[in-house]
Parts: sequence; structure tokens; C-alpha cells
Amino acid sequence: MNWQGWAEIALTLGLALALGWPLGIFMSRVWNKESTWLDPVLKPVERGFYALAGIDPNKSQGWLGYGASLIAFNLFGFVLLYAMLRLQGILPFNPQGFAGVSPDLAFNTAVSFVTNTNWQSYGGETTMSHFTQMVGLTTQNFVSAATGAAIAAALARAFAGNRESGIGNFWADLVRTTLYVLLPLSIVLAVALIGMGVVQNFAASVSVTTLDGASQTISVAPTASQLAIKQLGINGGGIFNVNSAHPFENPSPLTNLITAIAINTLGWAAFFAFGRSAFARKEIRALATAGILILAAGAGVIYVAEAQPAPALVAAGIENPINMEGKETRFGLASTAAWAAQTTGASNGSVNGMHGSLMPLGGGMSMLLMMLGEILPGGIGSGIAIMVVMAVLSVFVAGLMVGRTPDYLGKKIEAREIQFAMVALLVVPLSTLGFSALTVVWPDGLASLFNPGAHGLSELLYAFTSATANNGSAFGGISANVPWWNTTLGLAMLLGRFIPIVAVLAIAGSMVAKPKLAPSTGTLPTTGALFIGLLVGVIIILGALQYFPALALGPIVEHFQVLEAVSAN
Amino acid sequence: MSTMEFGTEGKGGARLAGGLNVATLARALGDAFVKLDPRKLFGNPVILATELVAVLATISAAIAIGSGANGAFAVAIALWLWATVLFANFAESIAEGRGKAAADSLRATRTTTKAKLIVDEKQGLVVPTPAHELGLGQVILVEAGDVIPVDGEIIEGVASVNEAAITGESAPVIRESGGDRSAVTGGTTVVSDWIKVCVTSRPGSTFLDRMIAMVEGADRRKTPNEIALAVLLAGLTLIFLIAVVTLLAFAAYSGIALDPVVLGALFVCLIPTTIGGLLSAVGIAGMDRLLKVNVLATSGRAVEAAGDVDTLLLDKTGTITFGNRMATEVIPAPGIREDLALRAAVMTSLGDETPEGRSIIELARNKGFITEVPADSVIIPFSASTRLSGIDTEGKSWRKGAVDAILKLTGKTDTDAPAQFRQVVDRIARSGGTPLAIAEGKTLIGVIHLKDVVKPGVAARFADLRKMGLRTVMITGDNPVTAAAIAAEAGVDDFLAEATPEDKLRLIREEQGKGRLVAMCGDGANDAPALAQADVGVAMQTGAQAAREAGNMVDLDSDPTKVIEIVEVGKQMLITRGALTTFSIANDVAKYFAIIPALFVVVLPQLQALNVMGLTSPESAILSAVIFNALIIVTLIPLALRGVKYRAVGAGALLSRNLLIYGLGGLVAPFIGIKIIDVAITALGLA
Repeated sequence: MNWQGWAEIALTLGLALALGWPLGIFMSRVWNKESTWLDPVLKPVERGFYALAGIDPNKSQGWLGYGASLIAFNLFGFVLLYAMLRLQGILPFNPQGFAGVSPDLAFNTAVSFVTNTNWQSYGGETTMSHFTQMVGLTTQNFVSAATGAAIAAALARAFAGNRESGIGNFWADLVRTTLYVLLPLSIVLAVALIGMGVVQNFAASVSVTTLDGASQTISVAPTASQLAIKQLGINGGGIFNVNSAHPFENPSPLTNLITAIAINTLGWAAFFAFGRSAFARKEIRALATAGILILAAGAGVIYVAEAQPAPALVAAGIENPINMEGKETRFGLASTAAWAAQTTGASNGSVNGMHGSLMPLGGGMSMLLMMLGEILPGGIGSGIAIMVVMAVLSVFVAGLMVGRTPDYLGKKIEAREIQFAMVALLVVPLSTLGFSALTVVWPDGLASLFNPGAHGLSELLYAFTSATANNGSAFGGISANVPWWNTTLGLAMLLGRFIPIVAVLAIAGSMVAKPKLAPSTGTLPTTGALFIGLLVGVIIILGALQYFPALALGPIVEHFQVLEAVSAN
Repeated sequence: MSTMEFGTEGKGGARLAGGLNVATLARALGDAFVKLDPRKLFGNPVILATELVAVLATISAAIAIGSGANGAFAVAIALWLWATVLFANFAESIAEGRGKAAADSLRATRTTTKAKLIVDEKQGLVVPTPAHELGLGQVILVEAGDVIPVDGEIIEGVASVNEAAITGESAPVIRESGGDRSAVTGGTTVVSDWIKVCVTSRPGSTFLDRMIAMVEGADRRKTPNEIALAVLLAGLTLIFLIAVVTLLAFAAYSGIALDPVVLGALFVCLIPTTIGGLLSAVGIAGMDRLLKVNVLATSGRAVEAAGDVDTLLLDKTGTITFGNRMATEVIPAPGIREDLALRAAVMTSLGDETPEGRSIIELARNKGFITEVPADSVIIPFSASTRLSGIDTEGKSWRKGAVDAILKLTGKTDTDAPAQFRQVVDRIARSGGTPLAIAEGKTLIGVIHLKDVVKPGVAARFADLRKMGLRTVMITGDNPVTAAAIAAEAGVDDFLAEATPEDKLRLIREEQGKGRLVAMCGDGANDAPALAQADVGVAMQTGAQAAREAGNMVDLDSDPTKVIEIVEVGKQMLITRGALTTFSIANDVAKYFAIIPALFVVVLPQLQALNVMGLTSPESAILSAVIFNALIIVTLIPLALRGVKYRAVGAGALLSRNLLIYGLGGLVAPFIGIKIIDVAITALGLA
């Protein structure tokens, strides 16, 4: 640990948050259909889309209509991507000549990219053609991110509305977020990354002769274009198997910093956009503060855990006994810690080091950050939406203690909202713990697990946590490309994505119809240190309570075992 | 509850609220066992789940003993799980018990005597008819000494009625036909004279019947917030069910075979049994606290709404001011000595028995004047034509009256009256007071300042309300100038002058349109629409039948200031609910640290590091957590019944205080409690 390390963590986390502020204002203008400086170029394109699809973008939909459009669009995207994966062999831009993928892998991968998870049961450079990567996966990287943003836009309108019925138009939210926010930013970032040395070409591989004279075949791909949206869209699925630890995907400390910032920027932007669109800037600033505090604490814990001398290395008498397994020596400890926290706090899932090789507490923390609900800041829109649900729950319990039935942002919280909030909350442990437990008892369920004992349980838990949380990062140690894992992980991704989305939209539908209450001095203050402290407490206690027993048998006991194994020697 | 500076202590409160005595405790204990019937627990998923686990633990213990194993631990766990359910049931029945006792005393006042049904109006023919056979619209005769059998409207006659059965107030009140005092209530007694009453309610649905049902909680339904909270608690129960059931698989993976009894104990410790067990008791106790201040709410929903009220409509008269204008000063006309002016004021009022007149005498007496009526004096009463009153004595005539009437008497006009005099009159009028001029013979003596006096302490009270986030609006029939002056003095946030009942209704709708909840009280039949529209409508027991039916609360003391106390009771109920929920959830952290190491430590000894409380053995740790979980319910019953104290401070201060006590306290308390229980059961050799 050193001050440069702490400064690097602070800089990465801080810049992402700071950049989110202006981008959030822009995003809010896009959601609100206000004018933007991109209008002269993009407005005709936007109108063209609507005309082509026969959509009236100004027709506000009820939550059921909005939800039905969203589900229909995602279902269509899934079918298309599934077909593309199966038929890869006969589609163009396939210089390596990859065949179509197996049904279970196609299901898993299609679900994975439609749900913004980007869990990869495959190695990109050895499985997917350039066509699949660019047309199939990258398209979903855009629209799955826009789908998440749409949820937040709808929920923000619900809180802003006063006895209304519509929560906006899904198609307009989808088109506008993609066109005005994701596309321009990705183009700028991709071009910048190419300039910094990230690979972008359509070749299959290059053959080189290494310094010691051996010849090596190195895969190349249109990397920069996918990398930009992989980070900005909080998707996380890399072209290369080792993701952002690959020198072609992350060539320098500068690209590392920029792509790390990109993991969280649009997640925070969605926070600020929500605040502006819901007329609740101060309140949402409080949520962002709570989020960044937990995220920073998480990064800090990982950094401290990794910087401790590893007991086994100490026992072996190694001079500098820091665990560097799975870390990029080019980037160092602090950069791995910051990235690990950012990618798990957001539902990104890209990695610049291997989480399975982190010390037990570091790995456990990266798992816990996902278990807290992907709200730090989570995916674009999906993060703030669930964060608002957490705020609603906090206000509901603690708000009673000021002697009023609770309301948040001027909307009364009643049985219906709590019902759907609990549905959104419940599905996460149900899927995470349920599928993990099922895998333990399923015949041959554990056959894919490489490691026994506590670490094996951590790998298992991490996989289903990552899938349910739509994160996509992995602990490794599992050969996941088998029917059982592809299927269960696919189902976990679907549950973790669409049940909360429907629940949030139902809350939006119920909130928008309620009268907007005027605040008074008797209203629970939802800004300021007290509320932030309360929210942080609720998020941590609720998350910890659900997963503490399972974590105790995974990373926690592994931590004590690591300590004990050494002291026994 | 904060003290009321100008409120009333419920006269009948002690009677209605019922007491906690050995008999009620015994009855509550019996009821706790009756409530073990799972059908009765259906509305309470947390306690129902606890009972299911208790059944499973009992079966498991029986099997263990049957197979010859040492079942002591399983038996102990099973017993404490049953105790948890019983304690929760006991909390509810003890809260209900207080209402039941009150209902019994009300039921005793129901009449069994026969009503005198008038069958022939002209001949006065009366047929004795059992009260339950009376139909709507029939007319009965009630004479001195009779109990009025049903609710009704007086159509003829005047009588004094003892309403102690309902209000607890033994001084009889006058009830007469016509106007707002024509309603009579079944169960009250005519003390003198007779009345003819038209039956307005069916037997079984009279005010008394409704009151009994309310007090008893027979038709108690869950309030909206209670339902929402129950959903949250059910959701948490499901989450912990998932966590505990899947733990079986994870433990199996780690080579640990978990004892189902222990797993059940973990589950019960995690689910929010504390608030689950006390939730309905908190609601019932809220109604009960209202009863203590002699207010009947028609539903728990109304009590909950009371906590949420943003705007309070208060009638000026009786609530903010004493209701009578009172003399506060006598200002001499130019050239008149002050003591002479005061003496003149006294003289004009010697025969004046109106409250204004008496207040002038009172003012003078305070300044040391003798106020005997002189011999051979002639009292001139107020007449509408002259608009003057006074006294003729010792050859002098003293008069007081409206300023223009006195000026006319003294031969002056508005313009040639002394400038100083005119200024004083203007000043009084502008300040919302009433100027009353005095003359002796044809000489202008001075002006009496009559003022609507604001009750002491009102301004401070409203300042408190403002801190609670409540806006007060004064409703008055006065003109805007008078209203503004009184509003400023009383410190209300707004006022509605020259208000008609329609204005009130409109104001309520406006406020509600802005997303505010409104409370008001009223007694007249013309208040009924506004009472019905308000979120909390408090009708006065002495008021018109229509008003009593329109409101969702009835104040048996007919005290319009009571609405402030009602708001406090509502807030107190919500605070108690929130505090217990927070405490309950915060408790779980410590329970994990007690049970998780105990579950796994045999196979994974490294987890002993999590046993931060240093509990003796896995068995003692688990048993201690279960015992703590059960005992905390009993410990908190008094708090649930009494309610968390409400303080009129801002929401932020209230939240930080309660978060500290119930949030942080909820985190820390079980660490201490479980440790103490562990030490105790270790010392006793129980585990």
C-alpha cells in the first residue's frame, strides 16, 4: 500500500463520478426530449426510425404497455442473436471459419448479451466470428444498455408526475438513448482508444517470431469499437478471453485509466439524469453519495486485502510476499483493486486482473459488491432504478420513525410499491443462492468445478451472483461451457434482469398515478448526512443478512484457513 | 403524549381505556393459547412461520427422544419457539383485552327497558315496545327517568339529558328540537322533562353499538400502512427462508450435516418476529390511546391518517380564542380623566349581564373599583333600535354602545368628533377589536376596547405544530381585518375570514389538491360535508347527528382543541411501528454472529474467530439466541402499548434520535443480551 495507490483509486473513482455529472444532464435532456446540440445531425435519423417502425414517440405508455414493448423488443433481440450464433458458420466476416455454436452456449450467450450481463462461457477469440462480435454482440451491447436506461427514464417520470397514467414511450427512450448518448460517446472513445494503440482490424491473427525465435499466432480483432461500448454500456464482454488484461485491449496505463473511468461514468450519469428528470437533484445526489461511499470502501478493502503479505508467500520466505497471481504487473495492485470494485459495483464485469486469484477477502468483497444489488452505480439506469428501490425501502422503515406514513420524492409508499420492491429484491437471493444450492445437489453439478473446499464454493457462488446481478465477470475455476451451467446461468441472468425490470415498471406505474405531495418540515429529510448514513446502513445490512451464511462457508472461512494453514507450519 | 396547556384530560378516559389488572392479564394469557390456532395466525405470516418451525422442532425432538438420543437440547429449542409464538399472541391479546374491558362496561349501559312507541299522535297513545323492534322513522316518547333506547332526532320538546354513559361527563346537557342540539344518543338518560324522538338508527347499529364494536376492535381491519409493513415482513421472511434452506446445500458441500432443529432456530431468529409479534398490538394500542383522551375513531385508518395531517383547520371560537370579546382597556376622550372614564364604563355595565359587560366590571375590579349597583337606579337594557344600554341613577344617565350611536346621542357627527377620539376608534377597529363608546348625559367620555382574547399558550402550541410540519388555518366568521389581527396574535399560518361552510369545503379540497392531508373538527349539521371531505374529521359528541356521522372520529368531550392531540396519537403510533421494525431488523446482525459459528465450528474450527461474543458452546449459543429472540418480545410489550414518545421537533432531529435508540440500539442490544443469557444458562448448566 502506498499513497500513489490510494491516489490512483481516488482518481479513477472520482473522475468517473465527476464526468457523470455533465453527461447526466445531457442524458436527462435526451430523456425529456429537450433540444440538444446533436439535433441537427441526429434528429432526421431519429425521425427516420420512427417513420420506418410506424411509432408515435409522443404517445406516453402505461406501465403495462411500456413493459410489453420492452419485453417484446428484448425477446426479438434474443431470437435474432440466438439464430445468428447458431448460423455463424454460414454468415460472412468469419476469417477464422468458426462453426455455429452449440444450442446451450447459444442460449447462454444470447441471454447474456440481451440482459447486459456479458457472461462469457466461451473464449471470444476462439469461438466468435467478427460478424457475430460486431453485428450480434455489439448491437446488444448498445440496446441492452439503452433498455436499462429506459427503466430509469420511466421511473423518473413516474416520480415527477402528478396523478398521471403514462410513464413515457419505450421506443423513444430506446432510440434516443442509443442515438444521442451511447453512439456518439462510443465513437469518440473508440477512435481515441485506437489512437492509444488498441487493436482494430478484421484479420484473423498475425503470426510473429518471438524474441527467443519461436513462432506464435496472435489473434486480432475489431477490438476498439467493441471495447468502447463494452465499458460505456457497462456490458463487460471482451473480444479476448482475458478481457482488459489483454495488451491489445488495454495496452497502457492511460487506456487502463480511461477504460476504468468508462466503466462507471454512464452509471453515475444515469443517477444525475434521474435527479434532473424527476426534479429531485438533491435527493439523487444523496443516493450517489451513498453509492460512491460504499464503492470507495469496497475498493479500499480490496486494496488493503491484496496489499497484505500473503501468509503462504511469507511462510515460503519470499522477499516481497505480495500475491501477484492473476494481476497485471503492468498496472499493479491499486489499479486492480480499483477496477475490481468498479466492475463489480457497476454491473460491468470486465476485468483487468483475475478475481479468482484475489486474496479471499478481496475476492469476497468483489462478490459482495455485486450482492449489494448492482447499484454502485450499477448498469446505466438499472443501477439508479434499484438504488431508488433501496431508498424507498429505507424511507419506508425508518420514515415511520418521524411519525408519518412514508413518502419518497413526494410519493406515498404503500403496500403495492412495497410488494413490487420486495419482488425485485427477493428474486436476487432466490436465483443466486437457489441455483448455487441446486448445483451442489445436482448429479454432476459440481463436475465442472476445478477447486475443492471453500474456494470451490466461492467460484460457484460468484458465478451465480455474477449472472443474477447481470455482471458477467467470473471467478474462473469452472468449465462453464456445459449444458447444466449454460442453462442455469442463462436462467439466472433472465430472472435477475427481467423480474426486477417488471417490478420497477410496476412501481413506476403505481407512483405516476399518485398525487405529488408537498414536502413539509415534518417530512423525512431525504438529503444530507443522516439519510445517506441510513441508506448505507440499509444497503449493507440487507445485503449482508441475505448472504452472510453462504459467504461464511466461502471467502470468510477461506480467509481464516489461509491464516491458519500458515501458522500451523 | 405531550402535555396540553389548554386541552382537557379525558373525563371518562379512565373508564373507557380500561385498566391492566390481574383479570385482564389472565384473560390475555388464555387468549394467547386460543390464538395458537393457525387459522387465527393467517394474517401474520411471521408468527405463522414461527409456529410451523415450532411444530417441526417438537416433532424432531420427539423423534430424538423416541430413538433414545439425548433430546434435551431439541426440547429446549422447541419450548422456546413455542414461547415465542405465545409471547406474540399475548402481546396482541393484552392490547385487545384493554378494549374488551371497556366494551363490557359500555355494554352494561345498554337498555333492556321497553320504549314508548307513539301510535296515535292526537290521543297520545303509547305502546310499550322492545327497543330492538323499533323501526326507522318511528316516533317514541321519552320522559324523565327513561333511558333513550336508540339514536334519534328530537322532533318535539326540550329535556336535560345525562350522557355520562357515552361521554363519562355526569353534568346533564340540554337537548331540544330544531338546531344542532337535537340529536340524542341511545343509552343516555333523560333527567327532566320529556321529548318526542324520531328513530334514526336501526337497533344494533346505534352509536353505542358502533362504539362497543370500535372499542372491542371487533371490526378492526389492517390499515394501509400496516398492510404495507406486513408485506415487507413477509418478504423478509421469504428471503431468510431462501438463505436458510440453501444453507443446507452449502453446508453439505462443506461436509457439514446440519441439524434441522438448529436450522429452524436460525430461521426463527432471523425473521422479524419482534415486530411481527407486536405489530397488531401497536395498532390496537393506538386506538386505545385515543380512547384515553375520550376520542372514538371509526377506523384505524383514521388514526393513521391523523399522523400524516399537513393542514389543520381550526375554528377560531373556542379553539384559538375564548369565544367572548373582553374589555382590555378604557381610553378617555380628550379632557376626561382616566379614572372618571373607567368609572363611567363601570356604571354603564352594572346592569349588563352579557359576557362583554361582565368583562368590563372584571377589568375595573382588577383596578380597584367598587362595583356595587347604587340604590334607586334604573337599568336600561340594550335595545336594537337605540343600540345603547346603561343605567340611570343619582340624576345622571350613563350609556354605552356602538360609536355612531353614542356620537348621535352626544349630538356629534363622525367628522366633528375630537380627532384624538377618532384615531383611537380607528386603531381599535384596525387591530381587530370592537370599540364601544361611553357617554354621561350628552358628554362623550371615552372608548372601551373590546377584544377577542387569544387563549394563553396558543401561539407556542402552533409553533410546535409548525415544527411537526403542520400548517394551521384559522376559520372564522369575522371580517378580514379582525381575522388578520387575531391570526397574527395567535400565530396561525393562514386564516379564512367570513367563512361559510361552503368556503370550508372548498379550502379542504384546495389543500388536498396540493397533496396535503387535512384535519378539522366541527359540530354543526352544515359542517357535515367538510367533515366528510377532510382526511381526519373530528365531530363533537354534542354536535348534530349529521356531523357525527360524517366525521371519522367523535370527540366525546366536544373539545375542538382535541384535534391536536389526535394528530400526536397518530404520529406516536407510526413512530412506534417504525422503531420496532428497525430494532427487529438490526437485531439480526448479532444473531448471525451467535449462530453461524456455532453451526459450522465443529467441521470448520477456523470459524470460531466469528464467535466474537465468546459464547460457551454451539448449543448454548443457539439456545441463547432463541431465548433472546423470545424474551425481547415480552420486554417490548410495554413499549408497544405505551408508544414511543413523540416530540415536537423537526423530522430530522426526530429521525436521528430514534435511529440512534432503535437502530444502533438494535444492533448493540442483542450482543449484550445474548451474552448475558449464555452466561446464565451456562451457570445453570442448561446447555
